[in-house]
Amino acid sequence: MASTHKDPVLVVLELTGANDYLNTIVPYADPLYWDNRPKVNIAEDQLLIIDDELAFRSDTEPLKEIYDAGKMAIIHGIGFDNSPRSHFRAMDIWHTCEPDSIGINGWLGKVIRDLDPGGENVLKGVNLGQGLPRALTMRGVPVTSVNHLPTYGVLSSNPGIASDQEQVQLLDSFAKMYAPAIGAGPAMEYLGQAGRDALRGADIIRVAPETYSSNVEYANNTIARRLRDVAQVHLAGLGTQVFYTSHGPFDTHYDQLGSHTKIWMEVSAAISDFFTDLREHNAAGEVVMMVFSEFGRRVRDNGTGTDHGAAGVAFAIGDRVNGGMYGTYPSLKPGDLSQGDLAPNYDFRGFYSTLADKWLGLDPVPIVGGNFEQMSFV
Amino acid sequence: MALQEEIGLMAHLMRRAGFGDPREELEERASKGYEAVVEELLHPECRPAIDDELLYRMFPGYEGAAAPPINQAEWVYRMINTKRPLEEKIALFWHQLFATSNSKVDNPPELTRQIAMFREYGFGTYRDLLVELAKSPAMIFWLDNHGNHDGAINENWGRELLELFSLGVGNYAEDDIREAARAFTGWTIAPKIPRNPLGRFYWEFEYKPEDHDDREKTFLGHTGNFDGEDIVDIIANQPATARFLARHLYRFFVADEPHVSSWHVTPPIDPDAIQLLVDAYDESRGDIRSILRVLFNSEFFKSARFARVKCPAELIVGTVRMVGNYSGFMPGFNNLALECGWQGQELLNPPSVEGWHTGSEWIDPGVLMRRVNFAARILGDTSIPGVQAIIKRVLTHGLAEGKLSPQAIVAACLDTMGPLEVSEATRAELMAHAEKDGELSWNTNEELRATVGKVSKILTLIAASREYQFA
Repeated sequence: MASTHKDPVLVVLELTGANDYLNTIVPYADPLYWDNRPKVNIAEDQLLIIDDELAFRSDTEPLKEIYDAGKMAIIHGIGFDNSPRSHFRAMDIWHTCEPDSIGINGWLGKVIRDLDPGGENVLKGVNLGQGLPRALTMRGVPVTSVNHLPTYGVLSSNPGIASDQEQVQLLDSFAKMYAPAIGAGPAMEYLGQAGRDALRGADIIRVAPETYSSNVEYANNTIARRLRDVAQVHLAGLGTQVFYTSHGPFDTHYDQLGSHTKIWMEVSAAISDFFTDLREHNAAGEVVMMVFSEFGRRVRDNGTGTDHGAAGVAFAIGDRVNGGMYGTYPSLKPGDLSQGDLAPNYDFRGFYSTLADKWLGLDPVPIVGGNFEQMSFV
Repeated sequence: MALQEEIGLMAHLMRRAGFGDPREELEERASKGYEAVVEELLHPECRPAIDDELLYRMFPGYEGAAAPPINQAEWVYRMINTKRPLEEKIALFWHQLFATSNSKVDNPPELTRQIAMFREYGFGTYRDLLVELAKSPAMIFWLDNHGNHDGAINENWGRELLELFSLGVGNYAEDDIREAARAFTGWTIAPKIPRNPLGRFYWEFEYKPEDHDDREKTFLGHTGNFDGEDIVDIIANQPATARFLARHLYRFFVADEPHVSSWHVTPPIDPDAIQLLVDAYDESRGDIRSILRVLFNSEFFKSARFARVKCPAELIVGTVRMVGNYSGFMPGFNNLALECGWQGQELLNPPSVEGWHTGSEWIDPGVLMRRVNFAARILGDTSIPGVQAIIKRVLTHGLAEGKLSPQAIVAACLDTMGPLEVSEATRAELMAHAEKDGELSWNTNEELRATVGKVSKILTLIAASREYQFA
């Protein structure tokens, strides 16, 4: 009998470049917000009021709707002690859960290993983007990275290939060149296996765009295309449980008001379209999306933008999420700041632990490297 | 030795001591004789350096490049366009061995200066290089020696100096690490201006006598009031150091070996070769140029063809060099640098102080697809002048009487792209494509187009082959 059980899926969206917490979830009732943000603030008529303290910005109206429907958790004050304010170091810490040393294994690499200990499904973890983020890197854990779903494959979009027939012939030759050979030596044999796996993975994932149809019209920008690719792979039922994608730049040192508005309009519309698409296919229940950035930005603006800060905000979104506020917005009082920045009051590893434990059903301790306070958003 | 054999050997040398050469350059080099070419490679100063002034005028972002991938692109530009291939290759060797990463240093201009230091000191003695390394601001910050104080030592640099940069696990005690760290107290950087919000600054090495622990230390059986340079002197005279460096050189230049973390339990695959390099170290008092001379002129090197999986930089730079692409100033170096990272070798940002895992560990299915697609897209692109030149050469080479046999085409393609050696299975697939419509001719434009298309397919398949993944 076919099982009706569906495996939980985690979609990770990284906001690259350090998203400005204060102008994403705006503490509009706090006079210190207006004092510190004389130039780079969200004007009162642009606020979407959540309660008597906080508000969304108007360009994230799709997120406000998700929040009002009770499907979005806002996790306040997230970060870690001694926040380095360096994009590279901070992102490394988020990816490896190693704040005190240089980590090699990614936390999601460990998640994928625990979800599929035999490494049987090369599509258990799928990155939508170029290369592989360190979060997904772990020796012996195969992960598929797709930059552009429609053209993904061995010898794809090759300028010398004129027709589908030629493509088929070349792929056939590729398969034969990578076939097992007696006495080829371990390195050649390993490469042969890798080549055959690459062909197999591409063959499997090719069905995703072929079988997909939807009434949702995603916008024509990178994050919308990436999330549509996530939807396509998810809906194809290939067993993928971890998706990763990133979008940026959120590094708004200069001219923040314009660029931050544009990027949040794109991101919030893409997230909303993504969940609408899944719901249309009755496939939203098994998906939770987590949204994070490496750190927040400085409390006081620099005239046109904001510099690197510390505490940030993260979101968990999905039909199975217990929406609402989690944790406490860090104080803006001068004495409570950490070198001019919001002081983190919630360790990001607790956020990860909640998702690993309560959503994916895994033991979070080896994944994040210890016991951290979990929340009840899922 | 037949000329063909000389070209094959020269191609091998240039894949290892450089990033490969287009066919015409190989022929030019081969005519000078192998040992003379080795000497020229070992003495980069006899060929002109890249004109930095001109480079920075054409690419202003390269000077003190402050952010990835521009700093990486600057290096890729040099790898492709240098007239001193071994100078860039040895810099990559030291970058792999003394892996320093922007993920923590967060100061790309300082990392670029460290690479420049490798070019300058990379052929001298190991002792001098280690002293410069200990003074490298990026290294000091990377391994926390700026936090190593008299009375409050930080062992990070001391430990990695012994474990990863010279002796290797099993050749020192924990006490030696502590004593080495004490000797390097006061070796720090200036200025320590906070980088945010003011941006990045060049750092300078600073020796602070007041923060240096000048008391007596006992290190590897030697006792004295050692400073950092004394420690390096002792290290450089240890047999374990000679052996450690020999294994690293062998792994990088000769043949794939297991990762360094297993060396204390895994013997080298060619102990005689390692001994030869150790002897060269001892005889030359650790002169790297002398050791490399022995290495490149040895039989074990000459016979180790295609015994290493190319690192991404070798695959990418080697492929564009083969078709003469990206020679000079043009857009696209950022993408080549990014491609290196996407294939698993983000230059100036290695994953940890242990450097990249090499050999088969470069490859997984996703990375292999990237490597294959990257090389095949270039070799299959008949709009690139260098590809047209290869095709022309193949046709000229194989031409006897206005017609080309399939065997002759496949042989000419493999020869022009290497010469490369391939397995029977690969050759059979290349032949199958070459034989599809019988012999080739180009009496009409239509025939010529078909012929070019067929040769292009064969070049594409060679670039996609397993054999092409090896250097």
